[in-house]
Amino acid sequence: MTLAVRDLSIRYGFFVLLVALAVFFYAAQPAFLSLRSLIFVFQSVSITAILALGVTGTLVVGGFDLSIGSVAASSMMAASYAMVIWGWGTAETVALCIGFGLLAGLFNGVIIVYGRIPDLLATLGTMFLLLGLQLVPTAGRSIARGMTLPDGTTATGSFDPSFLSLGRARLFDVLPVSVVVMLALGVAIFVFLEFTRWGRVMYAIGSNQQASRLAGAPVERYKIAAYMISGGFASVGGILLAARVGRGDVSSGNSLLLDAVAAALIGFAVLGAAKPNAFGTLVGALFVGMLLQGLTMMNAPYYTQDAVKGAVLVVALLFTFSMTRPGER
Amino acid sequence: MIDGGPGGRTVLEIAGLERAFASNRVLKSVDLEVAAGEVVVLMGANGAGKSTLVKIVAGALRPDAGEMRLEGRPFAPARPVDAVESGLCVVHQQINDAVAADLSVAQNLLLDRLCSGKAGAFHTPRRARREADAIQAILGLSLPLDRPARDIPLADRQLVAICRALAEEPKILVLDEPTSSLSQREAERLFGIVEMLKARGVAILYITHRMSDIRRLADRIVTLRDGRITGEFRPPLDYEAAVTAMLGETIARGGAERRFGTEPVFAVRDLQLTHWSRPFSFALKAGEVTAITGLVGTGKSRLAEVIFGARRPAAGEMQLTGAPYRPKTSRAAIEAGVFMAAKDRATSSLVPAFDIARNLSLPFLKRRSRAGFIDRAVERRRARRTIADLSIVCRGEADAMATLSGGNQQKVVVGRWLSQASKLLILDEPFQGVDIRARGDIARRLRETAADRATLVLVTEIDEAVEVADRILVMSDHTIVGDHRAGRELDLARLVAEVAGEADHSSTRLESTAG
Repeated sequence: MTLAVRDLSIRYGFFVLLVALAVFFYAAQPAFLSLRSLIFVFQSVSITAILALGVTGTLVVGGFDLSIGSVAASSMMAASYAMVIWGWGTAETVALCIGFGLLAGLFNGVIIVYGRIPDLLATLGTMFLLLGLQLVPTAGRSIARGMTLPDGTTATGSFDPSFLSLGRARLFDVLPVSVVVMLALGVAIFVFLEFTRWGRVMYAIGSNQQASRLAGAPVERYKIAAYMISGGFASVGGILLAARVGRGDVSSGNSLLLDAVAAALIGFAVLGAAKPNAFGTLVGALFVGMLLQGLTMMNAPYYTQDAVKGAVLVVALLFTFSMTRPGER
Repeated sequence: MIDGGPGGRTVLEIAGLERAFASNRVLKSVDLEVAAGEVVVLMGANGAGKSTLVKIVAGALRPDAGEMRLEGRPFAPARPVDAVESGLCVVHQQINDAVAADLSVAQNLLLDRLCSGKAGAFHTPRRARREADAIQAILGLSLPLDRPARDIPLADRQLVAICRALAEEPKILVLDEPTSSLSQREAERLFGIVEMLKARGVAILYITHRMSDIRRLADRIVTLRDGRITGEFRPPLDYEAAVTAMLGETIARGGAERRFGTEPVFAVRDLQLTHWSRPFSFALKAGEVTAITGLVGTGKSRLAEVIFGARRPAAGEMQLTGAPYRPKTSRAAIEAGVFMAAKDRATSSLVPAFDIARNLSLPFLKRRSRAGFIDRAVERRRARRTIADLSIVCRGEADAMATLSGGNQQKVVVGRWLSQASKLLILDEPFQGVDIRARGDIARRLRETAADRATLVLVTEIDEAVEVADRILVMSDHTIVGDHRAGRELDLARLVAEVAGEADHSSTRLESTAG
């Protein structure tokens, strides 16, 4: 009996919390459960969630990627630069950004696997590197239409309307494109991790790298691939951010890293998985979004947001690490 | 009332000890006494409850019921420190848990003092050396005090742990499977130390399921099965009866009939494992189980790694079914049909996050999936077959690895590599930490399936080689020094001499395995 209660609370506790929270906010502010409000929640977390889904891939192989925030920011700057200064079209720009993200992931993977740098340190290095490098082409200035370039001339290009629609248009006038992208990538990575042999091997590597190698898994290639997934997803997040903001803002994307990592870690607790998983990551991101939306609607001051996120993260980690671990034996 | 063994006064008394994990009763009213100057061997198959009993006396676990007394006084340690302070020290099976690998040998010897604060705030290297020297003098050792613990051999690290325990002047020392990672020579040194402690009047509770240890040391044997004491044996010790009491049935010795193949599947020619070792050649035939035996550290695992593509040989060639074979990775070896169940299942075989079915299918996911998607139904069905074939004790194929006993975990490792046909199957120490019954199941299944492949088993224990193999090769100094046919005509004396090397022909422990 007590065992069943414990089991159930580990498995569904998080959902109960989610529903209870929704009910609470609904009672306080009936507008909370309106379609508009819910879609706003989805939209507000979509970019964070995409980054979180990517970092889930590195967590699965037992790694970590601290560079996702700056990859996203660099990707945003690259998109802005390509359009505003080079006058590129949407397709080329998107390809450039995703290519850049994959390259950043490849770089991370190579210095971790072959350079033998611990993952946290390697990606911390990459994070710094990119944060600085993205400032170089514009000498530290944000990129906007008609801006003055370092050589004194004025930029002639502008954001392609089709590019901006990635951040602003809505499917069937309801679902923002970024939400659609988030859901599509979520389903894709979920299916990949849970049902394909590649996903299975990634989990095996995360759990016991040596055993996986001796079972014939090309561990190095898988790890590099995981960082490339992470980099690729982060660059997609950066593209959507550029399209939403409509300029290459040097300071946006600051909070992306922490929010994304928190979502992925909260995901450990969903359904008692106690491991990185795509579904949990999405739920984790939505949970944080919902909480913030609810608090905002109840007029909680904006500066409490980070404290709330932190508290949620700590509770979720307690769920994962103290409740699902058998105490003894 | 037991009047103790040869030593006399009773040191540790345990009465009616009970412990359950959820609904699983692991210890059921266990009574046990150990007297000063006596070696009591506690025998038990995997899952009998030995580890739980050790954890309780060590203060790492609380019993649900029962009473313990140490030298007549009530003994209920709440923490390991309490047990040590009361005079009970435990040397655990996992040697590396007992030493801090980065610290020097001297610091390791003083670890208890450093942690308890007895060493004071300032601890100069000179003083540390002096105190550490005093501690290692207890066993008459001369270990390199300034070297980090990770740089000294495993057996020496164990001695560090034992010495540290003895520095607390224990009245009773509990040794939990102390020889499981030692070579025969190292084990012999340990036996000498146990005898010395015994002569000094220390009570010793020695936990093992190795017959050679038991024959050598036991004053009294107590058997534990399914959480109950099932037998107590005093001199003259009846070993067969003790094994029966431990297992609850008489074991039939496997491998009665020997097969000798004709068709060579795998061959090595002039292979050199290291630049300084002598080259050797041999061929393995289909249908034959070949064992390579030799002391720990003589190159058996290195040979296995070379064949499995995890390591490059210094020189020489290998051939698989007549074609040159030179795998660059384990992956290439597996694709060529060479499988290996590696030594030390926890670090190199099992994936703790996976259930039985997923652990079994790991190397063969490509064959178990269509367009990259794993066929879970097939995976589970095959897992159920392996569970049946090897008599793996579990509730089902979705059980987590942590719920299985050591023997059953090992069956999963072996079952993994038997689940697909191979040309050459290598098993490195497949009986490590496995009770006799599980060992029998594994050996039987290996022989049942051996017909179409060459099988190479690497074992340190000679009796394991004799039990499982048709042919026995002996390895010494990274080269093959002997080739025997198992069965009636096996010249055990010569084999033992080869294992021991030219320098050392007299190892009593080896002779004891001949019986």
